[in-house]
Amino acid sequence: MSSAELVAGILWLALTAYAVLAGADFGGGVWDLFASGPRASQQRSAVAEAMGPVWEANHVWLIFMITGLFTAFPVTFGVLGLALYLPFTMAMVGIVLRGASFAFRAHGSDAVGPLSPWGVVFGVASIVTPFFLGTAAAAVASGSIHAPGGQLASGFLAGWTTPLAVVTGLFALSMCAYLAATYLMVENEDRPALLADFRRRAIAAALTSGVLAMLSLAISFSEGPRLLQSLTGRGLPLFVLALLNGPLALWAVWRSRPRIARVAVAGQVVLVLWAWAVGQWPYLVPPDLTISATAAPPATLSAMLIVTTIGGLILLPSLWLLFRVFKARNPQPAVEK
Amino acid sequence: MDNTTLARATMGTSLGFHIVFAVLGVGLPLLMSVAEGLALWRRDEAWMALARRWSRAFGILFAVGAVSGTVLSFELGLLWPRFMAFSGAIFGLPFSAEGFAFFIEAIFLGLYLYGWDRLSPVKHWLTSIPIALSGAASSVFVVMANAWMNTPAGFRLGPDGQLAQVDPVAAALNPSTATEDPHMLVSAYVVTGFLVAAVYAAGLLRGRNDIFHRRGLASGMAMAAIAIVLAGITGDSSARFVYGAQPAKFAALEGIYQTQRGAPLHIGGIPIDAQHRVLFAIEIPKALSFLATFDPNAEVRGLDSFPAADRPNPVLVHLSFDGMVGLGLLLGFLAAAFWLIAIRRRSLPTRRALLLGLVVAGPASVAAMESGWFVTEFGRQPWIVYGIMRTSQAATTAPALGLTFAIFIAIYAGLAITTARLLLMLAARNRGAAAGHGNIPEAGRIS
Repeated sequence: MSSAELVAGILWLALTAYAVLAGADFGGGVWDLFASGPRASQQRSAVAEAMGPVWEANHVWLIFMITGLFTAFPVTFGVLGLALYLPFTMAMVGIVLRGASFAFRAHGSDAVGPLSPWGVVFGVASIVTPFFLGTAAAAVASGSIHAPGGQLASGFLAGWTTPLAVVTGLFALSMCAYLAATYLMVENEDRPALLADFRRRAIAAALTSGVLAMLSLAISFSEGPRLLQSLTGRGLPLFVLALLNGPLALWAVWRSRPRIARVAVAGQVVLVLWAWAVGQWPYLVPPDLTISATAAPPATLSAMLIVTTIGGLILLPSLWLLFRVFKARNPQPAVEK
Repeated sequence: MDNTTLARATMGTSLGFHIVFAVLGVGLPLLMSVAEGLALWRRDEAWMALARRWSRAFGILFAVGAVSGTVLSFELGLLWPRFMAFSGAIFGLPFSAEGFAFFIEAIFLGLYLYGWDRLSPVKHWLTSIPIALSGAASSVFVVMANAWMNTPAGFRLGPDGQLAQVDPVAAALNPSTATEDPHMLVSAYVVTGFLVAAVYAAGLLRGRNDIFHRRGLASGMAMAAIAIVLAGITGDSSARFVYGAQPAKFAALEGIYQTQRGAPLHIGGIPIDAQHRVLFAIEIPKALSFLATFDPNAEVRGLDSFPAADRPNPVLVHLSFDGMVGLGLLLGFLAAAFWLIAIRRRSLPTRRALLLGLVVAGPASVAAMESGWFVTEFGRQPWIVYGIMRTSQAATTAPALGLTFAIFIAIYAGLAITTARLLLMLAARNRGAAAGHGNIPEAGRIS
């Protein structure tokens, strides 16, 4: 494996972590917006409680990915910045408003309650970001961004305004909601009423995701042959696993097995992302930009691998500590005051 | 407006907004850490209460800083795709390192903000240390990248203009890093110190003479006083470095048009291109040559010696530079006066005029920092990578830049107003809580 491929793999891992962790935070925003029934306010508190300590760390995976992409694959970064200017700008607006409104509520909750304008902004922004990131992913996966020789040749609307992209955007959004609902089932295992609320939401999100996934496959027969080739070519084993894992996840949710469901749904996201990655290997942005042709010079890649190793040695134990303190099965009891 | 102008306006607004939150992300954790450390060490509840108050405000400030910083990382690619396609491989390394620093800061901030009841007091205090360290490290790494834009190093171009060889470590440690990095870092502490002091000076002016206000004021002024001295020293070495490394920027800083020996220092005034001189300035003969080289007869290269297309705008650069230096000196005098009076009286000064001055000093320190950043950025123009790539070659060709600019102006305005409102509200609640518990003793020592 070349160092360029290694770095590309690391960046794809970062994307996976972002999807599985931050994706659920966006999904939390969705369930905040659609909180309903007699326990609407408890649902919102559960979302806030689950996101509070971790959302900022989860968000950094995106920064890591962006800086890694422009360091290791500067030409690809330039092309994507140009071709996906509009959807990325929309996603960015969502990221800013989502993060700020969450912090306003969490740390200034007396003035900025869930029902204030910022509360609504939180929910809406949480929808905007995954949707537009999903459309951007479709533009890449469908091979619609043409950049022979690293010069963008396709237009500013290419690939992300198609029916396939819209369906993929909705799919990304509904997977976020699905992730969040299953995570919230785990976090509320000892609160049966809330557990049932989030179970119903998880089922709804699972069915929606399933329908959208089938729809996008159907559309890609005519519209996105490239995506279909990826999934049925090199990506086939992972794609088949995803098809098998989907029903398992739904079964775990249905039977109210939160911990199995959490692993299965997160696994579903991992499988879909890696079926795509492996399927389009060795391309970063098909059909013109490959990993090796757009990689930075070897000196940059090795320096980046060294920084990533050192950084990772500090990062991973810190992350472990964060999740142990706030997400362990038996969280440490509150210290006596 | 053309795309280059719109891209510069959008990037400039985003940076100008973000930098205020970024410097607080560097400075406030240090104050919080020291306050909490003092609280544990001396079993002092009032220091603990201060640390908690700051941490609540910081929860909001850090989040706004984090998301506005994300905008910047996106905008590098969205607004300057050609710049990034060229430079990413050379100066991306410090950004990657900054990503890790930001990660550490966000992780430990989560532990710090939400861990008050889950961690033992000492462990909780320990989580503040990585926040303060990684905040400072973020600033150091990001400014390395900006320094590279001023004095690009660590690469060689082939005959076709393509990148032939890269040394990312040499790029990160380019010549400007040694002067620009320390200056930005200490400026972050200057701004944090004066902003914190301004908040408590305002409270003292309204008669809230309690232990929180006195300690808040003293903490802010201690940080500000130490940092402003260092800012002066690092700023001076920065300017002398620019004399050698970026002569066009240096000429614009001082409004020097003709190349001359024994160049005068212009204080204030407006550089007029058509007349090749600075109008209405106070001129100190030979002072500039002396300040730049310690030789009063040293030669200073003038703007006229550069092709018109390679000159920065001397009006913006000169006025920003004098604004930064002037405000910096005033802030330094104010800090000196504060501590001289405090030491002589053996208690914090409460003279009205001085407190009023400190209230103004908070925003003034922000203005000084923004002016300094204007100097760096406007002074580098028309280059995005000095001498290598022009800003106009780097901008995106994407449509609807004007709309994006308008949207971000609206978002930043909304965020600024809401942040200010919430901080005021938190302060009011703190006062209510303090009034409710009349039991916090003056000395702050409980057990």
